[in-house]
Amino acid sequence: MSGFLSLQGVRKEFNGVVAVESFNLEVEPGEFVSFLGPSGCGKTTTLRMVAGFEPPTSGTIRLAGEDVTYTKPNERNIGMVFQSYALFPNMTVAENIAFGLRVRKEEGAARSERVAELLDLIHLPDKAKAYPNELSGGQQQRVALARALAIRPQLLLLDEPLSALDAKIRDDLRAEIRRIQRQLNITTIYVTHDQEEALALSDRVVVMSKGRMEQVGEPFEIYNNPATGFVASFVGQLNRLPVTVVDPALGRLRAGRSEIRTTSLIESPEGAEVSLMMRPEEVTLDAEEDNVLEGTVESVTFLGSIVRVQVAVDGGRLTADLFNERLLELPVAGDATQVSFPSHACWVLA
Amino acid sequence: MTISTTPLPVGIEAEAPPTLAKASRFWAWVILMIAGLYFLVPLGATFWWSLKATEGTLGFEAYRRLFDDANFWPSFTESVINAIAAIFLSLLIIVPTAYWVTLKLPKLRPVVEFITLLPFVIPAVVLVFSLLRLYGRPPLLLTATYDSSRVLLVCAYATLSFPYMFRSVDNGLRAMDVRSLTEAAQSLGAGWPTILRRVIFPNLRVAVLSGALLTFAIVIGELTIALFLAQQTFGPYMANLTRSKVYEPSAMAIVAFAITWAAMGMIALISRSRERR
Repeated sequence: MSGFLSLQGVRKEFNGVVAVESFNLEVEPGEFVSFLGPSGCGKTTTLRMVAGFEPPTSGTIRLAGEDVTYTKPNERNIGMVFQSYALFPNMTVAENIAFGLRVRKEEGAARSERVAELLDLIHLPDKAKAYPNELSGGQQQRVALARALAIRPQLLLLDEPLSALDAKIRDDLRAEIRRIQRQLNITTIYVTHDQEEALALSDRVVVMSKGRMEQVGEPFEIYNNPATGFVASFVGQLNRLPVTVVDPALGRLRAGRSEIRTTSLIESPEGAEVSLMMRPEEVTLDAEEDNVLEGTVESVTFLGSIVRVQVAVDGGRLTADLFNERLLELPVAGDATQVSFPSHACWVLA
Repeated sequence: MTISTTPLPVGIEAEAPPTLAKASRFWAWVILMIAGLYFLVPLGATFWWSLKATEGTLGFEAYRRLFDDANFWPSFTESVINAIAAIFLSLLIIVPTAYWVTLKLPKLRPVVEFITLLPFVIPAVVLVFSLLRLYGRPPLLLTATYDSSRVLLVCAYATLSFPYMFRSVDNGLRAMDVRSLTEAAQSLGAGWPTILRRVIFPNLRVAVLSGALLTFAIVIGELTIALFLAQQTFGPYMANLTRSKVYEPSAMAIVAFAITWAAMGMIALISRSRERR
């Protein structure tokens, strides 16, 4: 069964260079889906194909059951918010919000009512007569969101809407976007290279790399069960330790002279060189877990809520993220220490 | 032998540059004054001469006679109308072209730039003879009547304005995020005519205005094309005046100069008020 928004076999080439390929996705009504990936991975190109600004080289895009693959962008009823806000500088905030309604020839009173409603929604009721250059970046982006929502779009697209904003404003606006999306229950596609943003906002995340979908899943699943090495390393911090398979059936590995146990499935044969992965927050500096490695502290970085400790161990380096607390005794570089991690925290990639 | 390493007092280091700075400032003033005199002496002399129409006293008699001349206002009005028509025609061609080149065909910009520069390369006399050869006989006969020749004149003026208009509009387009604004308008349901009329044109107002006023200043005094197309515009009127009168041509030159500077002043004024907003 196809979703509210359906992309099937979508591919895009620019002068023979593949930007997006084999893109298949079904988005349910009211769902918030993020496209996450590094620059040049094809996430914005995919969004632009959904918006109608780029025609796909092949494949089909359906919206509410209708094939919109080659429908003009102004005939799709899709709202879009841009990274650069793209507010019309010659129009006031109210005129910007009313633009789409005016194009649709909506009657004056209904238009004014809708503008007032949206100004309330974005908490800027007193800025109706202000020009875009009189607003802060955060306010401009709220207006851009209101303008996109004014036309009651079937689908809302957001192209890195927060990347030009300061950290504090970004956090506030992120919460605001999620609140509005939930309140209106509007199907939303959000493009970002910021993993924290994608994980915090989305019902599902599509991780992309080199024009391909690496993994699609809920944030918890993406973070805790990454399907590929790329997803594991791109989403969150990651420890990667070179190890040798000792007993694949029992999950035994060797790093230097130390033996490591894991509950992860090992498909490689005995003697194979593989990578052992684990998240830094699952590594501790005491010997309480299943696997204990001797090491030397290389660096200690205080990051506020966490303290990041890098430890040189036999065969490589591990990072431990310790939760900050007032009684925490911080090690110093050069200290001999032990790092430990549970067997269920590890997974193996060939 | 002992070598002193005591650093020079700060004041010594600071004293040398002011002397140099004073000297360079002096020469800057000298150059500015020479340049100023180069421009102002002929202008002042022309103005002085225009005031001497009444023997023995200085006055504005030449200006009165000029404005009272039966041909002054008709020729001036005709040139103003021609200029406005040429500006509209030029805008109609240049704005969509520059917009499309910026948005969809950026690689074609050098070609379009070169084409718009051709009026600088082709002398007006060559242009007008080409127009006469092409449109002076059927099937494209446009020189049969005064009014049809006027249409030809307006088209020629629009062509003459291309270098100024294209540059002004192109600079205006580069100053805004054309792609995002266009796509934002498209996503809100707007088609190309609405985007051009309600988003692009209003944001190009200052750029369009500077191109338009430059065109106006050129068209008002244009002689060669108007003469060969037998049009009774301001340029031929001024040329006739120079041949037949003594003081009025000087008064005319001052009036033309004032019109040009008024146009420039308007550009500056409007740009500044726009910037302030």
